[in-house]
This record gives sequence, structure tokens and C-alpha cells, in this order.
Amino acid sequence: MLRTLKTLMYLLTSIALLVSFETGAFAAKKSKTLKKTQKMGFVRCGVSQGLPGFSNADASGNWTGVDVDLCRAVAAATLGDSGKVKFFPLSAKERFTALTSGEIDVLSRNTTWTLSRDADIGLTFVGVNFYDGQGFMVRKSSGITSVNQFKAGVSACTNLGTTTELNMRDFFNSKGIKYEPVTFEKADEVVAAYDAGRCDTYTTDKSGLAAQRIKLSKPNDHIVLPETISKEPLGPVVRQGDAVWEDIVRWSLNVMIEAEEYGVTSANADSMKSSENPAVKRLVGAEGELGAAFGLDNDWSLRIIKQVGNYGESYKRNIADTGILPDRGPNQLWTKGGILYVPPAR
Amino acid sequence: MNHRIKSIIPQLLTLLFVVAVIGFFTINAQLNMDERGIDFGYGFLSQESSFDVQFSLIEYDGSHSYAKAYLVGLLNTILVSVLGIIFCTIIGVIVGIARLSPNYLIRNTAAWYVEFFRNVPLLLQIFFWYYAALRALPLPENTEALFGVTYLTVKGYYIPRLIWENFDILVYSILAAVISIIFIRNYARKLQEEKGQQLPVLLISVGLLFIFPAITFVTGMVQLEVALPVLKQLSKTSFIYAEGLSVPPELLALVLALSLYTATFVAECVRAGVQGVSKGQKEAAASIGLTPNQILKLVIMPQALRIIIPPTTNQYLNLTKNSSLAAAIAYPDLVLIFAGTALMQTGRAIEIVSITMLTYLTLSLAISLLMNWYNKKIAIKEK
Repeated sequence: MLRTLKTLMYLLTSIALLVSFETGAFAAKKSKTLKKTQKMGFVRCGVSQGLPGFSNADASGNWTGVDVDLCRAVAAATLGDSGKVKFFPLSAKERFTALTSGEIDVLSRNTTWTLSRDADIGLTFVGVNFYDGQGFMVRKSSGITSVNQFKAGVSACTNLGTTTELNMRDFFNSKGIKYEPVTFEKADEVVAAYDAGRCDTYTTDKSGLAAQRIKLSKPNDHIVLPETISKEPLGPVVRQGDAVWEDIVRWSLNVMIEAEEYGVTSANADSMKSSENPAVKRLVGAEGELGAAFGLDNDWSLRIIKQVGNYGESYKRNIADTGILPDRGPNQLWTKGGILYVPPAR
Repeated sequence: MNHRIKSIIPQLLTLLFVVAVIGFFTINAQLNMDERGIDFGYGFLSQESSFDVQFSLIEYDGSHSYAKAYLVGLLNTILVSVLGIIFCTIIGVIVGIARLSPNYLIRNTAAWYVEFFRNVPLLLQIFFWYYAALRALPLPENTEALFGVTYLTVKGYYIPRLIWENFDILVYSILAAVISIIFIRNYARKLQEEKGQQLPVLLISVGLLFIFPAITFVTGMVQLEVALPVLKQLSKTSFIYAEGLSVPPELLALVLALSLYTATFVAECVRAGVQGVSKGQKEAAASIGLTPNQILKLVIMPQALRIIIPPTTNQYLNLTKNSSLAAAIAYPDLVLIFAGTALMQTGRAIEIVSITMLTYLTLSLAISLLMNWYNKKIAIKEK
């Protein structure tokens, strides 16, 4: 009796094992998006129409930025080459339709995670790659140094179809100030209108203000006011209904952040394979079978770190070194006083 | 019997085909939306919109519903279309007649205007007026007054606001004037037909339109206060004009671009219409002793209008649809407010786009109906 029970247990365990080995292949079969991406040979990534530090194309069409790096990470994980990304520049108005209609597979375009966007319109936010907040930019010569100095009749330029439009109303209403909203579809148009004196203030996410300031005719004549009037957690978005693809994008981001936490960089990733720390070994694919759950091989995370770098490298390269926001603020690791905290990759 | 079936079958097939195509697209959209977890419905229209609009003809703020936001956008679209149609007609008629002028300079200037403005893409012209022309305007604090009380600045065109008391009485007085004018016109026609006498109808009409409202002012029934724009300081270097009315520069640029562009087509319609009336008509009219003014009014124009109206209707429709380019320069029209911000905030792409398309269709049909009615009115009445 005991013997038969043991045999049965053995049998069950081996079946369970077999099944678990199968999940990898099963997942790949299940994720339509992954299959399609691998067939096409490139990741279709929606980005902004030009926001330095986040997603910006240079004269020869090379895209750089932290949002761009996320897409490159997904490409490195799924296709083995971070260069295999096709970028789709989208306006704020176009971005969600492009994603839900299947024109792109990842939207990495400084997009604020809100309840209604997440729950309502067929989208899923997978994480936060930049903690931001809405601020105001004004002319230095105006003498305004705080948002409390705005007076009735103030005109504010901003982007159409953004959370900015809603926050602005909440803010001015709470202060009881009548204001004139002037909304443009493209960020460049907003900047041009503000620059020409059409508006007294330009309001958007503070990172955006810092980045767009460079585009003004005389950047030093303008200041960003110290107050932050909203929470703007910016992060990548995928279509609802493909849980495996969602996981791939989520963990491509998480791996970049965790790599920084453990000091794994693009330069030392290979040598980290012989690290003493099992967490580090898992991160570079020397231990565990983390990729199998997504239907990827075990080097997926190593490729991300080697080809794109960890989050800190990406931030330094795109945002700090370009002079946009040298201070990482909340976008620092939780171990260093920031709020970047991701679930462990294990 | 055979004949009837033969004629019905193709119609039935066509109908089936149309139903199948519509059905296919509906089911396809339904399946795709189900798959992505998007639900469908127009319930969002009654929700609070929570965004503000720069410029509105009715009272609106973010605490009102999306339906109200739609109405704001619709009215702004109608406003820009009506203004555009009025100005393009005025400019078009003047330029069209100028193209037939015997004066070399006038004729060629008009020709150059037409060739230039109709061959540059409209969007480019809108950008030009908004970004190049209006941006060059001075800031409010450096602005010289235009006509003494208005200020054209980079932030908008500030004009006095009229505050009426008993405005309805004024409207009634104008109505009364219009009714009496109709009576006088009928009387004048009778007089002409019976006794051959002519009354100066135009002079009397203008006089009445002026006198009736004037009486309401003099008797104090209607009062008017004018709020002039007053310079107000917002911060050390930022000023606006308060108290008065502000016409946003976006509206100015849009009306300018739309009317200057469409006027070229209207001008061509007018020229074609006038040239389409045979020379013999004019000579015949002159030979029975009509004055040049009478010839134009009684002989040339009624015939020319028949040629002018149908193609001009097309231009009015184009102008209305082209007004949707407003979104490019932040003028809050239907496309910007409803198919832009509202779509983004709710994510209801199919619902909102369908409403917007239906709205433009209705607007176009309404203009067509109006113009067809007018066309019928001036058409030759066979006796």
C-alpha cells in the first residue's frame, strides 16, 4: 500500500515537473504579441514626438531617452538585440488608440498611470519608470516665484488630452482663480506659443518643463516654480488581454531597476555570473530559470543589462548628463532615499 | 412579371451587400472591443467633464457634463463657420467682380490674389496667420488703441463689452421695423405695377431700421452700458485687458485663413456667374432704358446668381469642414474639445468619433438644404 502510494507520488511529481517544463513553450504559444514580435523581428514601440531625456530622435533618427531604453530592453529580452525596435512617434491624443488598435505593442511615452486609464479603456500599466509631478514655468522677469502669486486672467499653455489639463483645473479652482487654458496637440506648439508670450505660464510634468526649457529661445529667462501640484507616475503601458506580454514588459523594467540595486552594470554584467550573491546570479541568468515563465531563454535579463544598462546608467546617460534633471529626487533607489522599489526578480 | 423580378433582384442584392458590409464592421468592432475589455456606451455623456475650455459662447466649466462640452465645441465650430462664410462671401464677391474690372491694376491684383491663396495649402495658411502674423503683435502693455477703444495684442483682440438692459425690447423693435419694411415693399411694388411710381424703398428701409431702435433708446426703455477694456497687471511683466471682451487670437487666425482661402473659390464662382450671362441681355436691358444700376440688379444678377449659387454651396460646405483644422492652433472647436480632449479623457474613441462624424454630416446637410432652398427661390419660374 505504502509502496503504491510512493509510486503514485513519484508519478505525480514527474508529471508536475513535465508540465512545469512545458509552461515556457506554452507561454510563448499563449502570448500572441510575443509570437508576432518574434515573427516580425522588431518591437513596435510608441514614443513621444520629441521630449529630451525621455524619447527624442537626433538628426540621423537615433532615438534616445529613458522611455526609449525601456523598449530597447524589451527588444533585448525578446529578440536578443536592443536595436530591433521600431519607434512610432505619437501625440498625447493618438497614443492610446494606437495601442488598443494594435498599431504598437508597447507604449513608452511619459504616460501617467491613473485609475480610469488603467481600468476603463483596455490598457494595462505595468510599472513606473519615472515619478513626476506637474509644475509651472514662468518668465523670470514676471517676478513670480510661487504659484500663489497667480492672478485671475492668467493664461496657461499646455498639451491636449493629458492629465495636465485636469490637474490645472483642480489647482486653479482650489485657489479660486479664473484662468484661460490654451491647449495644443503637439508639445512643440505649446512651447512656441508660450515663447511668443501667448501664455503667462506653461504647465506640464516637471521633467517635461525641464526638458522643454532647452527648446525656448532664451532658456535662462524662465524658471520652473518650486510647487508640485500633482502626482504623475509615468510608466510603460500595454494592451489588456496578453498577460505574458504584460509580464515581459513589467519585468524588463524591474530588472533594470534591480540591477542598479545590486550594482550590476552593462560593464560588469558578464563577470557577475560568478558572484557570491544568488540574487545577482539570478539577475544575470547564472542561476534559476526565470526566463522560462515568459517563454524566453535564461539570458534575457543579462542581455537587457549588457545592451541597455541598469536604470541608473539609463538615467545618467539620458536625463542627468544632458542637464535636464541632474538631481534624481524621488527617482532614486529606495536604499538611497528615493522611492524606486521593485519586487524581487526570483 | 419577369421584368419586375429582373429589376428587383439587383436592388435586393445591393441592399444585402450594404447590410453585410455594415454588419461585418459592427461585429468586427464588437469582437475586438470585447477581446480588449473595452465596453461600449454613450453613458459617459452625462458624466462630469472636469476640464475647462478657453473660449465658450455658453456658460461652461469642468463641473458640467461631457454633453455640455460637446455643445460648447459645436457652437464654436458654428461660430467660426458662420463668420468664415460671411467674410468669404464679401471678399469673394468683391474680388470676383474686380477680376472683371476694365482697370488693369485692379483686375490683375485680384487675379494674383486668387492664384496665390487658392494654391497654398490651407493648413499652411492657418499656421502662417497664427504663428507668423499674429505672433508678431505686441504684448498688451505695449499696444496702441485701435479705433480708440480696442486693442489688438498677441494675447487676443480686446473689444468693449456691451451690457444691455431690456435687450429683448430692442429685438422686438428691430422685428417691428422688419415687418413694416415688408409691408412697404409690397406697397411699393403695387404702386409701381398700378401707377408706375417708384418709392425710394432702400432709403426708407434703412431709415426704419434706424428709427425704431432709436426710439427705444430715447424713451429709456433700453439702456446700454459699455465696459471698456482696462489694462490689468497680473505680475511684474504680464498684463491683460480686463472688463472688456476678448476675442482669442486663435479665432482671428482661423477666420482670417478660412475666409481668405475660400474667398478665392467664391470669387471664381462669381466671375463665372457674371460672365455666364450673355452680353445681349445687358444690351437689351440698356435699349429699353434701364439705368446701369437697374441692369445689374434686375437683369444681370438674377441670372448670374443661378450659376453662382450651386458651386458656392460647395465652398460653404468645404469651409465648414475645413474649420476642423482649428485643432492645429488650439481654437476650441468640436474636434479639439470633443474628438480631442473628451476622447482622451474618456477613451471612448468609437462613440465620440461617431458622434463627431454625424455632427459634421448634419451641419453639411443643413447648409445644403438652406442653399438649395435659396437656389430654388431664384431659379427660373416657368409660366
